Amino acid sequence: MSEQMSPERMSPETQTTFPRHVRHGSNSGQPVSRRDGRLKVTGAATYAADNHPEGLLHAVIATSTIARGRVRSLDVEAAKAHPGVVEVITPANRMPLHHDPNEKMPPFGFRVEVLQDDTVRYVNQPIAVVVAETLEAATEGVRLLAPRYEEEDARTGLDNGLRHEAQSVGVGAPGTVSFGDLDAGLKGAARVTEGDYSTPPQYHNAMEPHAVVAEWDGDTVTIDMPNQALRMSAASYAAYFGIPAENVLIRSPFLGGGFGSKAILNGPQILGILAARQLGRPVKLVLTRAQMYGPVGHRGRTWQKLRLGTGDDGKLTALHHHSIGATSSFDDFVEPAANASLMLYESPAIRVEHEGLRLDIGTPGPMRAPGEASGSASLEIAMDEAAEACGMDPLAFRLANYAETQPGTGKPFSSKALRECYEQGAAAFGWAGRPLEAGTMRDENGFLVGWGMGTAVFPCPQFPAEARATLRADGTALVETGGADMGQGAWTALAQLAAESLGLDLDKVEFHSGRSDLPDGGVAGGSGHTASAGQALSNAGGDVIARLTELATGDPDSPLFGAGNIGVVAAEGRLHRRDDETRSQSYADILARAGQKELVGTGKSGRDPASAEAFAMHSHGAVFAEVKIDPNLMQVRVSRLVGAFAAGRIINPKLVRSQYYGGMIWGISFALQEEAVADRRTGRIMNADLAEYHVPVNADVPRMEAILVPEEDPRVSPLGIKGVGEIGVTGTVGAIANAVWHATGIRVRNYPIRIEDLLRRR
Amino acid sequence: MSLSISLAINGRQHDVALNDPRVTLLDLLRERLDLPGTKKGCDRGQCGACTVLVDGRRINSCLALAASMDGAEITTIEGLAEGDELHPVQAAFIEHDAFQCGYCTPGQIMSAVGLIKEGMAGDDPERVRELMSGNICRCGAYQGITEAVLEAGRKAAENAQPQTGNPDTGKDAA
Repeated sequence: MSEQMSPERMSPETQTTFPRHVRHGSNSGQPVSRRDGRLKVTGAATYAADNHPEGLLHAVIATSTIARGRVRSLDVEAAKAHPGVVEVITPANRMPLHHDPNEKMPPFGFRVEVLQDDTVRYVNQPIAVVVAETLEAATEGVRLLAPRYEEEDARTGLDNGLRHEAQSVGVGAPGTVSFGDLDAGLKGAARVTEGDYSTPPQYHNAMEPHAVVAEWDGDTVTIDMPNQALRMSAASYAAYFGIPAENVLIRSPFLGGGFGSKAILNGPQILGILAARQLGRPVKLVLTRAQMYGPVGHRGRTWQKLRLGTGDDGKLTALHHHSIGATSSFDDFVEPAANASLMLYESPAIRVEHEGLRLDIGTPGPMRAPGEASGSASLEIAMDEAAEACGMDPLAFRLANYAETQPGTGKPFSSKALRECYEQGAAAFGWAGRPLEAGTMRDENGFLVGWGMGTAVFPCPQFPAEARATLRADGTALVETGGADMGQGAWTALAQLAAESLGLDLDKVEFHSGRSDLPDGGVAGGSGHTASAGQALSNAGGDVIARLTELATGDPDSPLFGAGNIGVVAAEGRLHRRDDETRSQSYADILARAGQKELVGTGKSGRDPASAEAFAMHSHGAVFAEVKIDPNLMQVRVSRLVGAFAAGRIINPKLVRSQYYGGMIWGISFALQEEAVADRRTGRIMNADLAEYHVPVNADVPRMEAILVPEEDPRVSPLGIKGVGEIGVTGTVGAIANAVWHATGIRVRNYPIRIEDLLRRR
Repeated sequence: MSLSISLAINGRQHDVALNDPRVTLLDLLRERLDLPGTKKGCDRGQCGACTVLVDGRRINSCLALAASMDGAEITTIEGLAEGDELHPVQAAFIEHDAFQCGYCTPGQIMSAVGLIKEGMAGDDPERVRELMSGNICRCGAYQGITEAVLEAGRKAAENAQPQTGNPDTGKDAA
């Protein structure tokens, strides 16, 4: 964990786009390479399923092949007779749990399927667990179970699902929000554009399948698992097993991707922990790729309707966004898609509303930019259609409807450098001079060329988090927070922030994270981890420096004696008098003179309630896309993609750029590739694998550009950090769809945009 | 049933008494030989996370039965670096931020090492993108991957002699 990377050279690009943060002359703000890089490129980074404790048993879950009904029989005897099989766990012999799995687990836990009975509520629901001495035996044992079912008709779509008003959407957002008089706004409009849009079910498909290795010792359990919310999960598992929360240790040093799917408890992982307890031996349970299409969440399907009224001046008079979100038959997670229309564009009347649709599917959940991605995918097309109706350039139209304050509430934004994003993105892309009309551009090979743009937006939450910093006698420090690095670069960025607060070089700071027995690092989600855990670490470092200052300034023999708390600066492992920097003392010396082996500081973070009340807080961006389309095959290729994003203070531009690229690639995926296709008769997903469920491969991705637009925001938090993990998805989807229209003149309103959508209507 | 196979992994000879013919090379490495650096992403040959070199060729180790590996010379991600010195592809991956979560990274790197050795990549980004498309990265680190492979490829071409990452010929018996 202590691998250190030397700060790399600043690229010219970096220098021009981001001012170096100079407080304490620290590493923060610099494009440091990942501190865990060496572990990851040598295969030494340990993911959950890489663990192999002594006496390990392998568990494989059997999952249902029907969407609705009952399991009538399982051939348990045949499975148990297979050499190596140790036990088959079914509803008949599954040990009791201390929390009813048909009830939600506060604060965010869904109802889960852990063999509570023989009902089947969706395809790929766990119906049994086979535990064996080897993975091969357990896998064969599952096959031998040969389940027989009593099958009922599957509810798979709008025609047979149960529609209901959604009181709340996402995780606790209101289902309906209304400002102004929508009818009057529509009536008074010079023109109204209207469209029906849809987004498909999408599955997170992190490269690392969900895994758990659990080992019990009496009433305590050690769980290796990828986890985006360690403390919260530990408490929830404890509740399921009726033990104190401190008896659960979750170790999650690395996650092979999360994207929301590893933040919330699911049935299979509980079953892995349960099997270990029931059998008194350590158990490893890893989902197959196919089993990830059901019990571990997905981005729910939506059907959206948008109505935009515009005046002769090209300004919105009304914005109506209605969304139906698919959820399961037994729990609620309605994609908060329409709420995307509350964040971006000024309109005297806005109404967003949601309905739920109950289907025989696994419960959806948050997936990278939940709501914002699906909602802005539609809104950005609708805005393009309205611009077209007004005869305006899409960018000019968005600027005409630029929200100077939060739409509806009129709250000021804590900061909003969106105009700069539009300007810089458009300039880098070469947007000026784009023909208004569709279908006029061709490249040298005769391919249709189109340019489209979209606005990116994402809220920037700050969650409660805690951290601890320990300054050691040798002047180095250990900083700790139970956070999660699922690839966003937390190990590096958080350590940079800690080093900055401690006035130490990065290589003097050891960073520990990814364990539930460390101070609560909060949730790695909502693009809020750096803002949350980072602020806690920074405060812990500040606490250390304050204590150290007290020691030094109170020591008559210190060169700092008498300098008050504010009269001292911390830099490069020394405290300096602010008025005379030649007078300084090293941390090691201060501790030694005070006879202390170490000095511990603690820090917490959480959004200032007054600030949260007074300001609307978002990251913003603008994405510009070029597509090229073969006029005969109508195959769409994204040939250029430029995003410009303003997200408060940037801790590590190298890693942030990677986050933006990743988000933008998810945008390509959403626009053109991803879709889980269910058989309408059975509800079975026909492409539950990585060959048929399309996600971008390297050749699908053009050279991209991500511009880091400077933005200072002292209101979101003292450190001024917003969030970068999800915003890249939001503007990109619409930008690509709009580019497809611009190339072809065909408006496709159903994602993903397929070749046949373009061929059919050519 | 017991089947004896003998294979060299990262230069080290292993004599394995297989008690099960169903074991894949991937599961042999991960579950039986304590080499979990090679990753399982799909177990169907669709994602590339399990890529290793067998007799210098890139393969998906999830699609190869261990029993068929008798006499093979295998290089995994654990066998690329020379002590503290990273293989040029590994170093280029760090430099170009060619990964995020790191789970697909062993497979990406083994594919890159393989195709550079085969002289497939050249200096054409389009070609690298195509050739690396058997390895899915869900985080979307493709831009960095392409840059890293190009850079490592250029370095390999400059050093006329072959890469010295790992001796594929194992001599020290287990």
